[in-house]
Amino acid sequence: MTAPDRPRISLLGTSALLFEAPGAFDLPHQRRIWSLAATASKWPGIREAIPGITNLMLTFATPPRELDALIAALNDGWDAAEGLTIGGREIRLPVTYGGEIGSSLQSVADHCGLSVDDVVSIHAAPLYTVFALGSHPGYCYLGGMDRRITMPRRQTPLQRSAGGSVSIGGSQTGVSASPGPSGWHAIGHTSWTFFDPSWPTPAALAPGDTIRFEIERVIR
Amino acid sequence: MIEILSVTGPASVQDLGRFDQYRFGVGTSGAMDDVALRAGNILLGNDENSAGIEIPMLPFKLRFGRDMAFALTGADVEAEIAGRVIPPWWRSHARTGDILTVKAMPRGARSYLTFGGGIDVPMVLGSRSTQFRSEFGGWHGRPLQAGDILPCTASTATIGELGVEPAEITLVRPNATPDETVVRVVIAGEYDGFAATTQALFWSSSWKITPQSNRYGYRLQGPAVKPEVPIEKRSHGIVPGVIQIPPNGQPIIQMRDAQTSGGYPKIATVIRADLWRVGQARLGGKLRFEQTAYTDALAAEAEMSAYLDRLRTNVRLVEETRTCRSS
Repeated sequence: MTAPDRPRISLLGTSALLFEAPGAFDLPHQRRIWSLAATASKWPGIREAIPGITNLMLTFATPPRELDALIAALNDGWDAAEGLTIGGREIRLPVTYGGEIGSSLQSVADHCGLSVDDVVSIHAAPLYTVFALGSHPGYCYLGGMDRRITMPRRQTPLQRSAGGSVSIGGSQTGVSASPGPSGWHAIGHTSWTFFDPSWPTPAALAPGDTIRFEIERVIR
Repeated sequence: MIEILSVTGPASVQDLGRFDQYRFGVGTSGAMDDVALRAGNILLGNDENSAGIEIPMLPFKLRFGRDMAFALTGADVEAEIAGRVIPPWWRSHARTGDILTVKAMPRGARSYLTFGGGIDVPMVLGSRSTQFRSEFGGWHGRPLQAGDILPCTASTATIGELGVEPAEITLVRPNATPDETVVRVVIAGEYDGFAATTQALFWSSSWKITPQSNRYGYRLQGPAVKPEVPIEKRSHGIVPGVIQIPPNGQPIIQMRDAQTSGGYPKIATVIRADLWRVGQARLGGKLRFEQTAYTDALAAEAEMSAYLDRLRTNVRLVEETRTCRSS
């Protein structure tokens, strides 16, 4: 279970189990996770199969009496998983970089040895893929950020970061869907709505969708 | 309906929780002591998932807008209605206009007030629990305030006074003391990343529950427990009960309003059968962890279910006896 090229499987008490894939944080691995999630969500006793970043959490409707069969099914499922290509929709998100909400824009530039304009153009260049939803309602973990604008998470999280904050945490970026605590660095904001419990599907985006940030304004 | 007259701290409407919305980033919410909420609903003949009020701080006062049965379960509280004292783990009957005052909580951390028929707020994404971060569910997605008037489902059941044995007595742990809660945990993914001496420290320490503990998480204070080399995980799903170790080495137990994913190393997870004990552990109190195997954790869940089954049977027998006598 701990060999470096094999998946790691561990318990989250009696409520859930965590499957962590070996290998890189990239789209091909994530596509296999989506595939395994689609398969595992149909297994008896499984309430939900929730993709994370190259990992998968299974929550139990009924905790299995014994785990060996489930572990074997996950390992076999991973080996058999062909990457699932989801033809998601592409969202264009206008972003105001900098300003009061994006107040860490300058410190990210300083940390990375870049100008503010460089950080903005590097951040807005890629087509990002929604890898997974998690953290808080409607929040999307995005893959595809340029490593040149990597900045380690805060040692002490902020008590309250604004909803719509566009932030960088380590080599990941994302947009918070509602106000709340955050250990990431906000470089801008957007007014898009990511979550509404009254929608038929409460989250606006799903794994496989893509986001392109559009530079609406840069406040220096 | 009921009218909130005064409230201290974040009291909220909760049912058992929202369990199948993780894929949208929506956590469980729900009663911190689910055993107490179930017991209250069993006493009243309600569906066990009916919504009640979770009261973490006192005093708390409300007025009944019509005749109604209610129950108080969870923490040991001092309460009275219309001059009568109401013991905890007890159901009683209120008349229109009666004022219920919950005054003091000598033991435990959360009291549950349930009502015959349950609080009638809309189901949102499969639950009536309050989702604070996204401000939905419960009563307008927020903590209760004085002046709030909550609708209750009409219940025609006429029921007399009745008490049941509190969970903390029936399900008492042999090694618990009044000021130290002992909870069983199953080791988690990064346990082996801690040196044997650090692991031993985690088990032997009596962890202090800091004032920063709430429905989101219980932040503990004690000797620093750090992995041999720093561990930063890719973001992955987590559930209530997961014990994370942030860089400062002070454990955080994720609770009902926690984020649905995280990246800190996880040393262990509080088992489902003991999570309510954390919900009843007071700020400033002590907590100790006891390692248990997965199969023993399932046995502990079966024990909890057996206790609730006994409550159901006892309440039903009392009703049947009453019906026989009155017919």
